[in-house]
Amino acid sequence: MSGKRVERMEDIIDTIKDGDTVIVGGFGLCGIPEKAILALADKGTKDLTIVSNNCGVDDWGLGLLLANKQISKIMASYVGENKLFEQQYLNGELEVELVPQGTLAERIRAGGAGIPGFYTPTGVGTEIAKGKETKEFDGKTYLLERAIKGDVALVKAWKSDPYGNLIYNKTARNFNPLAAAAGKVTIAEVEEVVGIAELNPDHIHTPSIYVQYVFEGKNYEKRIERRTVSEKQINARSGQ
Amino acid sequence: MSSRQTIVKRAALEIKDGMNVNLGIGMPTLIANEIPDDQNIFLQSENGLLGIGPYPVEGEEDADLINAGKETVTALSGASFFDNAESFAMIRGGHIDLAILGGMEVSEQGDLANWMIPGKMVKGMGGAMDLVQGANKVVVIMDHVNKQGETKVRTNCSLPLTGLRVVDRLITDRAVFDFTDKGMVLVETLGEYTVEDIRECTEAAFIVKA
Repeated sequence: MSGKRVERMEDIIDTIKDGDTVIVGGFGLCGIPEKAILALADKGTKDLTIVSNNCGVDDWGLGLLLANKQISKIMASYVGENKLFEQQYLNGELEVELVPQGTLAERIRAGGAGIPGFYTPTGVGTEIAKGKETKEFDGKTYLLERAIKGDVALVKAWKSDPYGNLIYNKTARNFNPLAAAAGKVTIAEVEEVVGIAELNPDHIHTPSIYVQYVFEGKNYEKRIERRTVSEKQINARSGQ
Repeated sequence: MSSRQTIVKRAALEIKDGMNVNLGIGMPTLIANEIPDDQNIFLQSENGLLGIGPYPVEGEEDADLINAGKETVTALSGASFFDNAESFAMIRGGHIDLAILGGMEVSEQGDLANWMIPGKMVKGMGGAMDLVQGANKVVVIMDHVNKQGETKVRTNCSLPLTGLRVVDRLITDRAVFDFTDKGMVLVETLGEYTVEDIRECTEAAFIVKA
């Protein structure tokens, strides 16, 4: 059984229809489904609601869909890297729902896990609490947040088998496993499809049950947004 | 010392051996350089890494290995990778010992504003609203006054809040304050500043630690 494997992204990208909600994995430009985004930009599908932590940069990632004016609404936690975003938002062409990052992750996780909503302390007493139901537990106030489901989820993994069992690489995992579970249809693009039984079942991050299509992409660009290097080994702790 | 150096060096003293710590983007990131080598600290990055290492040497940058500021980093031995829901379960679940974030304004109640200025383009709050609610200890670092010389330590925040009563300790270039049941307490003055100096540049009401 290898019915999930597709040879051309163009053949499955029209799974996404005008007006659909699409959950897209990635953090910044790390771990984004770049082949699916390119195919969606070529296809020109419109009025999309995009759920993603960020919205790419002006000429890459989800920024390509912004440039094509394919996005009507975005739900994200941080969108500061994108000039087109600002223009379209100020022109009223783009609806924006800013969601705290942990709440965004949990709303997507809940969507995939069949939980309609959950209570979180995040955002209590701030602008994002406006219009939201609150409840006290043990003397502390929490906000009710609703789950997010996608008509389609687009995810990027490192390796897959033909069944769609996925393994991610390092911090390119980020929102991808959450997105994979929350899409009614999930399209996974990967750097390498290996044979059946080549992946250790103990190492699978996303079990195949969540994945409907697997596409092996070639020549990934994997752009780096902020290239930072150590000048001296001595400055060894200067990670973030 | 510049005001930035004063703040960063003082803030580094908050980090104790064995802690799991989240450092915010910008000035808090610089604190990592001040952690003594003999301390065993795990720095957490919201995008799914516990155990952030140094920036890579040139040629070894990995597009799949970044921090929450989208900078290329490395992973220390003993590090772990995870997804964003797990990352914020760690944060919200009270497993992060200390979060150090930048601030725009802090109120005498310990409210924090650090994510938007009305009238300017909103970029988003990222993980800040989750971090201030979830971390066991929240330390905010910022200049005591803005470029116009106006205090950032206010009776009430004038900017939209990141969190209500969430700050445990505020470190500025001039003083250190704690937020307690008895109110805001001046616990240290820094550099040449006296208690009287701090009163003059602070709108918030505070008591001085005995």
